[in-house]
Amino acid sequence: MTLDLSGVGLVHTNGQVALQDIDLKVAPGERVAIIGPSGAGKTSLLRLLATGLRPSAGRFELLGVEPWRLSAAARQRLRARIGLIHQAPPLPPRQRVVTAVLAGRLGQWSLARALHNLLHPLDSAGAARALARLDLEGKLFERCDQLSGGQLQRVGIARVLYQEPELILADEPVSAMDPVLAGHTLAVLGEEASRRGVALLASLHAVDLALAHFPRIVGVRQGRIAFDRPAQALAQAELDALYANEQLQTRPGSPVTSPQILHIPRC
Amino acid sequence: MLTTAAPRDPAALPRLLLTLLALALLWPGLSLSELDLGVLLRGDSAATMGQFLAGFWPPEHGHEFLALLGRATLETLAIATAGMSLALLIAVPCALFASSALSLSALHRGGRPAWWTVGLRWPVRGLLIVLRSVPEIVWALLFVRAVGLGPTAGVLAIAITYAGMLGKVYAEIFESVDLRPARALLGAGSGRLAAFAYGVLPNAASEMISYSVYRWECAIRASVVMGFVGAGGLGQQIDLSMRMFAGGEVSSMLLTFLLLVLLADQLSRLLRGRLT
Repeated sequence: MTLDLSGVGLVHTNGQVALQDIDLKVAPGERVAIIGPSGAGKTSLLRLLATGLRPSAGRFELLGVEPWRLSAAARQRLRARIGLIHQAPPLPPRQRVVTAVLAGRLGQWSLARALHNLLHPLDSAGAARALARLDLEGKLFERCDQLSGGQLQRVGIARVLYQEPELILADEPVSAMDPVLAGHTLAVLGEEASRRGVALLASLHAVDLALAHFPRIVGVRQGRIAFDRPAQALAQAELDALYANEQLQTRPGSPVTSPQILHIPRC
Repeated sequence: MLTTAAPRDPAALPRLLLTLLALALLWPGLSLSELDLGVLLRGDSAATMGQFLAGFWPPEHGHEFLALLGRATLETLAIATAGMSLALLIAVPCALFASSALSLSALHRGGRPAWWTVGLRWPVRGLLIVLRSVPEIVWALLFVRAVGLGPTAGVLAIAITYAGMLGKVYAEIFESVDLRPARALLGAGSGRLAAFAYGVLPNAASEMISYSVYRWECAIRASVVMGFVGAGGLGQQIDLSMRMFAGGEVSSMLLTFLLLVLLADQLSRLLRGRLT
């Protein structure tokens, strides 16, 4: 099992309950989309899976070990095997794209190698290959602050492709891209996951993209898993219930299909 | 005739009171420091100052003096630069220890490090405070006694005081920049120093360089002051020239200062321009 959670809960430091009773098992090579309304806990769930947040309850096993029973050093080594794609990629504005992509393997490199790479890119061919899959190889030596939000998101994805992790987690990886590019990018991620036999979990706002690219869909609502089933077995009524909002009077059926494009600040 | 009274400004009274309070606080300060501007205008002292200042023109430019001046200037620059280099060697590791920017425990605690790691940072912060709380001139006097007259004392005094200042400010710069890149790298398993080099440094570099060059400029001035207590360089020459009432020599050396500070300023501009 790549991921094995039972009864996991998460309470933020400010006392807010973010996740409750999460039971989730993901096998290697599985591709799972996490959908749900804004504020449902999708990002919290992904950050928890990436060991960026510590669960306050339940049992959490990742790549065969329990990360919060490890020493800090062992947990850092475990983290090097997990790739997390951020919605707004945290890249320093003045860093060059090649450096930002190669930084994906910092967890596997020695400090000497990391510092050497900072002065002179050691594997610009590898970075170029990762970028080429996302149609971005022309930007290899540009600075991050010269890229658009969608291009930055692709640099963030290229970093994780270069990292070659054993688990790919993606938080709204295509939110700043146009629908065609979003579809292409998700296809690249899915292809990478099935080629290397690693699990891929992505949270998505656009339900149509989730249904098109992911065989398994997990619906999250108010910090709980509302449903977890194959994409074909998903009924429209379940989707409507997932996104139902008592405050907003929306036409039934329509809000779930409109892709929500978020504004990503440039770097 | 219709007259309407102007509306009273509700802020007027508090402002008046604040002004009176400020005056009441400043007055004891003036009397305690025994500041008496009248002494500048009194006949004899004004004449003495006038004579001294009149000697400033023309600046001394004899061949022999210029050679001496050049040597003293180089010595001052060397003291400041060597002192800064040593200070950097102490300051950068201390800043990395003292800053919470690279805290692993803060990763899963919403950016707040665990209490015991905060406790571990305190001794380093304390060390930096001790280093900078003693003025460089006092260190210089100490070292002049320990290693004798000469530039070594100046270098050591600058290294120690400036390590404290640089360490504190660097640590604060590291904490004030956008930490998300470094946190993301730490979260992807990278080591702290690698996360620093890839996540913090690109954001912090220009501010660090600007502050370091400014401190280098301060070190030049400080090395001059320390020259008065025998730590070599331009300061020692000024001290000698003042004692001999050689105003021309003093003014030449003051002009040299001006040039040095101008140089430092231009260097800082150049580096910042390259980095931003």
